[in-house]
Amino acid sequence: MSTATLAVPSSPVAPPRRRAARRVLPGFNLTLGYTLLYLSLIVLTPLSALVFKTFSMSWADFWTAVSAPRVVASFKLTFGASLIAAGVNVVAGLLVAWVLVRYSFPGKKIADALVDLPFALPTAVAGISLTAILADNGWLGQYLAPLGIQLAFNPNGIVIALIFIGLPFVVRTVQPVLEDTERELEEAAACLGATRWQTFWRVIFPAIAPALLTGFAMAFARAVGEYGSVIFIAGNMPMVSEITPLIIIGKLEQYDFAGATAVASVMLLISFILLLIINGIQAWGRKRYGGAG
Amino acid sequence: MSIAKRVRTTESPAIRWLLTALALGFMALFLVLPLAAVFVEALKAGWSAYWDALKEPDALAAIRLTLITAAIAVPLNLVFGVAAAWCIAKFEFKGKAFLTTLIDLPFSVSPVVAGLIYVLVFGAQGWLGPWLAEHDIKIVFAVPGIVLATVFVTFPFIARELIPLMQAQGSDEEQAAQVLGASGWQTFWHVTLPNIKWGLIYGVILCNARAMGEFGAVSVVSGHIRGQTNTMPLHVEILYNEYQGQAAFAVASLLALLAIVTLVIKTAVEWQHEREMKATAELPPERPAA
Repeated sequence: MSTATLAVPSSPVAPPRRRAARRVLPGFNLTLGYTLLYLSLIVLTPLSALVFKTFSMSWADFWTAVSAPRVVASFKLTFGASLIAAGVNVVAGLLVAWVLVRYSFPGKKIADALVDLPFALPTAVAGISLTAILADNGWLGQYLAPLGIQLAFNPNGIVIALIFIGLPFVVRTVQPVLEDTERELEEAAACLGATRWQTFWRVIFPAIAPALLTGFAMAFARAVGEYGSVIFIAGNMPMVSEITPLIIIGKLEQYDFAGATAVASVMLLISFILLLIINGIQAWGRKRYGGAG
Repeated sequence: MSIAKRVRTTESPAIRWLLTALALGFMALFLVLPLAAVFVEALKAGWSAYWDALKEPDALAAIRLTLITAAIAVPLNLVFGVAAAWCIAKFEFKGKAFLTTLIDLPFSVSPVVAGLIYVLVFGAQGWLGPWLAEHDIKIVFAVPGIVLATVFVTFPFIARELIPLMQAQGSDEEQAAQVLGASGWQTFWHVTLPNIKWGLIYGVILCNARAMGEFGAVSVVSGHIRGQTNTMPLHVEILYNEYQGQAAFAVASLLALLAIVTLVIKTAVEWQHEREMKATAELPPERPAA
């Protein structure tokens, strides 16, 4: 596109030095200034309020708030359920991405579009809908209840809601990498006598591993903070099925701002760490396989 | 692709069929079923009950508030997204990677925490609480708080679509426009904007879907005053908790429709973009692929 438009006029006029050419474009100060201002107002200042509030607490108060049995139980539940859900998402997401990239079948484009449903469907809607399906008198629940399987109003329901929320992360990070893998390598492996499974495990899997890890971390990070889709299906029993975001809400409703802040700061810290890990994996993947991610 | 190639780099038909069936089965169970359940439950008591639930004044107020919130939050983040993408994609400066990470930050903050931080700034016991009370300005438990929380959770959507897109396109065309004497605005309107329009639309519809559907953050700052500070997702929650399941699903079905429309536009934009990429790819390459 740009070859035709650029080649003729720019070659005699623009100086060959790249640096000088960069500065030709205007608007750097304006856009950077606005970006920093808006970022500070909307994101950084409010987040620093949380940090300051946390540091204004004494260590003993902070520890009491964070180590209360009900809070610890919610951490265990939130992280445990998120870990399981992200794990399921890796397997299911790889399967869905594989089928969408490698095979053709009727309705493939619709299936591909549908993958993003959890991004587009408001979480509260997903929550009440999953509950309507899985409750004891629900669409599927009524057949499962006589078998003694309960999937709503307990930790099982939380995991299911988190699987729903996290699925697109894995599919959408793995899909482009899978599309870019070189078929020639697979042919070479096949020619050298590898079985299809060996080819997958030794050739394809190492190439998509960084993307899978990124998808896992993103699904996990999203699951840890998720609120809307979970609270309807969770049952929200203290010590059993009460997630950490709900603990924060509960403390806020009792005007326990310090307690809510303490718990929130732990969650925020974990979000930061996850964000750093995701960036690290992506940088590592780019370095190793060039451009993937 | 020749037939010989395909035979060697794919699985046996039985395995292909099995994997496809498994993937589609999983999607049917986890994606199609919940979507279908919303509409079936909404229409369980018939169309007249459905309309009654939507015509109810509190529902209408919730719809209005949701539309207002999105109408403020999306343009704000659109202007920010374009500005951020311009300075990050077109210029080199120190701390660029760090800035990009900061822009992504709201994605990894729990919605509940997002709501909480605004309570800590604007709430009665917050930093600005006493000053706001003195001047009789209500932010938390009122519409401005809802808008702010929504702006926070949808903050990165448009910027994150545009940054990689504008980086990939480089700034050769803009430089040419500049050299030919175009002003900054002319360059942006006539060169950059046409190049990024699909990414822009894509970002806007995703941002809008999230803005209209946000629940956790808005729930913390709203105060749940019926008819005043209830958005559609919050109204769904209230109805559901009052055991008005059918009415809750009726309002929820509007949000589900929004999700479907979002997906349709998104897919159309992707196809359009692919078509244009293909047309570009047919031209001779500019430089050897890196």
